[in-house]
Amino acid sequence: MAVDIHSDAQEQAQAQGGRGTLVPSTEHGDHLHHGEHEHDHEHHDQHWLWKYVFSQDHKVIAKQFLITGMFWAILGGTLSSLFRLQLGWPEATLEWLTPVLGKWISAGKLDPEFYLALVTMHGTIMVFFVLTAGLSGTFSNFLIPLQVGARDMASGFMNMLSYWFFFLSSVVMFISLFLETGPAAAGWTIYPPLSALPQAISGSGMGMTMWLVSMALFIVSQLLGGVNYVTTVINLRTRGMSMSKLPLTIWAFFLTAILGILSFPVLFSAALLLIFDRSFGTSFFLSDIYIAGQALSNQGGSPVLFQHLFWFLGHPEVYIVIMPAMGMVSEILATNARKPIFGYRAMIGSLIGISLLSFVVWAHHMFVTGMNPFLGSVFMFLTLIIAVPSGVKVFNWLATLWRGNIRFTAAMLFAVGFVSLFISGGLTGIILGNATLDIQMHNTYFVVAHFHLVMGSSAFFGLFAGVYHWFPKMFGRMMDEKLGYIHFWLTFLGVYLVFMPMHYVGIAGFPRRYYAWTGFDAFSQFADMNKFISIAAILAFFAQFIFIFNFFYSIFRGRRATQNPWNSTTLEWTAPIEPGHGNWPGEIPTVYRWPYDYSKPGAEADFIPQHIPYSQTQSSNLPYEKEQED
Amino acid sequence: MTALAILLVLVLLLVVFGLLFRLQILTSIFSGTFTRDIGMSNSVNAVLFLVFLVAGGLWFAYSFAENFNKMNPPIASVHGHAMETMFWTTMGVIAVPFVLCHILLFFYSYKYQHKDGRRAYFFAHNNKIEVIWTIIPAIVMASLIFAGWKAWTRITGPAPKDAVVLEMMGKQFNWLVRYPGRDMKLGVVNYRLIDATNEFGFDLNDNAAQDDFVAPEVHVPKGHPVLIKIRSRDVLHAVYSPHFRVQMYAVPGMPTRFWFTPTTTTDEMRAKLGNPNFNYEVACNQICGRGHFAMKMNIVVDEPDDYVNWYAAQKSFASQNPDVLASFKQKAKSVVSQEAEPAVEAAPAPLASMSH
Repeated sequence: MAVDIHSDAQEQAQAQGGRGTLVPSTEHGDHLHHGEHEHDHEHHDQHWLWKYVFSQDHKVIAKQFLITGMFWAILGGTLSSLFRLQLGWPEATLEWLTPVLGKWISAGKLDPEFYLALVTMHGTIMVFFVLTAGLSGTFSNFLIPLQVGARDMASGFMNMLSYWFFFLSSVVMFISLFLETGPAAAGWTIYPPLSALPQAISGSGMGMTMWLVSMALFIVSQLLGGVNYVTTVINLRTRGMSMSKLPLTIWAFFLTAILGILSFPVLFSAALLLIFDRSFGTSFFLSDIYIAGQALSNQGGSPVLFQHLFWFLGHPEVYIVIMPAMGMVSEILATNARKPIFGYRAMIGSLIGISLLSFVVWAHHMFVTGMNPFLGSVFMFLTLIIAVPSGVKVFNWLATLWRGNIRFTAAMLFAVGFVSLFISGGLTGIILGNATLDIQMHNTYFVVAHFHLVMGSSAFFGLFAGVYHWFPKMFGRMMDEKLGYIHFWLTFLGVYLVFMPMHYVGIAGFPRRYYAWTGFDAFSQFADMNKFISIAAILAFFAQFIFIFNFFYSIFRGRRATQNPWNSTTLEWTAPIEPGHGNWPGEIPTVYRWPYDYSKPGAEADFIPQHIPYSQTQSSNLPYEKEQED
Repeated sequence: MTALAILLVLVLLLVVFGLLFRLQILTSIFSGTFTRDIGMSNSVNAVLFLVFLVAGGLWFAYSFAENFNKMNPPIASVHGHAMETMFWTTMGVIAVPFVLCHILLFFYSYKYQHKDGRRAYFFAHNNKIEVIWTIIPAIVMASLIFAGWKAWTRITGPAPKDAVVLEMMGKQFNWLVRYPGRDMKLGVVNYRLIDATNEFGFDLNDNAAQDDFVAPEVHVPKGHPVLIKIRSRDVLHAVYSPHFRVQMYAVPGMPTRFWFTPTTTTDEMRAKLGNPNFNYEVACNQICGRGHFAMKMNIVVDEPDDYVNWYAAQKSFASQNPDVLASFKQKAKSVVSQEAEPAVEAAPAPLASMSH
């Protein structure tokens, strides 16, 4: 039966001459245009190595990104549990960790330098490897071709390279964890001179070299991916899919990719200059340094210059992390509230506004670095303005829920959780963006709490929502809903129990990246609270294994999915349950309407997919839509 | 061996959980509840959101109030009090959308949960509402920006001419402090001259450096503006003193500064807090290596008279280290002085008004 449909569809595709249906120039894609004799070889003619490992299929690449990202997330979470042990119980012996950590435990204590390595690697892994590659890599890859109606990315080969550069980068970073001198330990922002001088901290030896090499490879991967995403969205949209009919997911991925293309090269240059300073005796970031009994010859460099370069990427980076989540959450909220997203154009406008502003706020990370205070005033102004488009998004999400008919799938729970965390974390940005208040709050746990809520946990919630929502499309099976509920509630509670009290600790002025606060009078009052935070953090971390179990169990034994399990309107649900390479066996559907026709008055069902022409929905057409009835 | 046993138990437990899970699925298939229907679980989740709103809100309010004193350590500088007001005002402002948005979010989740036969209200956009909720936050932001900008320019503006001047230099892993001595001029320092004795790198060929003295802790007079000049000699550090609301990076190769006016002496604060061991502290707040978490210096706020006395009793670095001074005299025409930095700007006598 399936084969019959397939062949019919292919004949149709041939008859239509592939009109508006760009086929990737791969062996496999070309195959779609071969004669009907070969069509039943569709799933047999590729060596498994090309099908599952060096695949050029965007869906396989997406899964590769997702699973690699999950590996990194578990590792990043484990590292955070380790340093939360230290912060919660600074007096306790950690002798029992010796079999794992070896010499990094001495006399039952975590080595302070290794503590710094832990926070550095936790940050690096979570920001870049999980929430950039794992989130945007997975869903941009998976959803862009499927939702714009393309057979694959513009360049399948480049897309494959993008994953393998990421993989290579991951391997290098992973190996650096096992170095004698330890991995990079200068903080995830790797400010020189600390990151430039092995004399200053042992992690700035080979560990830092590998960090920089890994990051250079990572940036190559991001650029290959980003160019592909942008090209695909601009060129490969199916007939009728104008920019104003794109789902908000695609708008978010599109703008995210542009941010990445424009900002990652700047980090590349910073990394390159740092490599020069470290290895070839240049002085871009070094000046007037006396260390380890020696005055260095470097003169005239500026550590603050590095911070400008780093944050020119680093700030757009947080939007690279959060915008895909915003896009997916918009989609999931609308689908499950059975309501059009409120203010579609305002949502696009606010995404564009956030994208533009994200390039001109970077120095709010540097108010107290000694840069000119006038610059501080300018960046405070630009930073606080970004609250306006962010607020518009939140209000639109709330308005989307208003008078909806809400189904709480696991994805929907995480989407609602996302909005909550984004509100809680975003608002404290108004404090931190104020240069005056930042004098006190800079580098305290208030900052840590802020960004873990607004970009860390929120983006994770977006990631979870996305996985629960698009799992049926990815694997043709459903994830277990009940385990999803349990996972959500434990995580949601856990995140709040960890990060709300962390604000108190921050308001009291506790500095971040401190191995212990016991040496200071000023930071002595919250020992119990830190214990509480640690317990909550470790429990929340363990709750994630429910998700891991659910994910892998459901891949193999989950309930079989139907073609459109959420009654959604977007194009990916018109493809077969498990689409082959090329996504649609026949012609790619044509798009007639925007992606949010949910609960339209007069319509039979409570959703009208994008590929249904207005001529078939005369009972529900709005006045201006009547003109488009064919 | 015990580790192995624990591992075995854990694995067995996981297997048991896995089997239970499988069993639950199989029974639900047999009992016919395995198909996706929007039923009980939907309303349970909806109610849980409402419970989360109420219980979570109460917990947060309670724990916030309970910890309020702990998160408000005493403040002892003029701008610190102003910042404190601004901080809690801003917190109050952001509390409004925080509470309202959460009430709406969770209440809507509860109220508009799925009901059979009901259809969502098709309401795609309303430009008037969008304009309203763009403009109102913009106005609020504008006023916050204005207040922040005014305070920021005042705090980071030039220090008053009569400010007491001292310099802190960060190194792995402690702070060094020097005062300008009798001439009220900080002398030239050069990182190439640093060694185990001359930790600051004083260039004693410079007359202004000859009477500079170093101190084991920072002393500042109450009620007078204090200008801290900040340097680092190796990696980045940051002078952070939460009680004074002071923070500024120490950057190698780029001197920075921060000025403030202390309002309460150390003794007064000890009496006020009932803690005889209380000290104002400087912590390093920019990751600087292994000892980052222990890089501490005390600040003593004296009554102005005590400060003048303390200042007068200090001995210059040169007089305490005659051999260093002698070696400078020997190579008086060394290249070093050519590399010396331009003289640091002059500072008037500390407490000129006080030291009659």
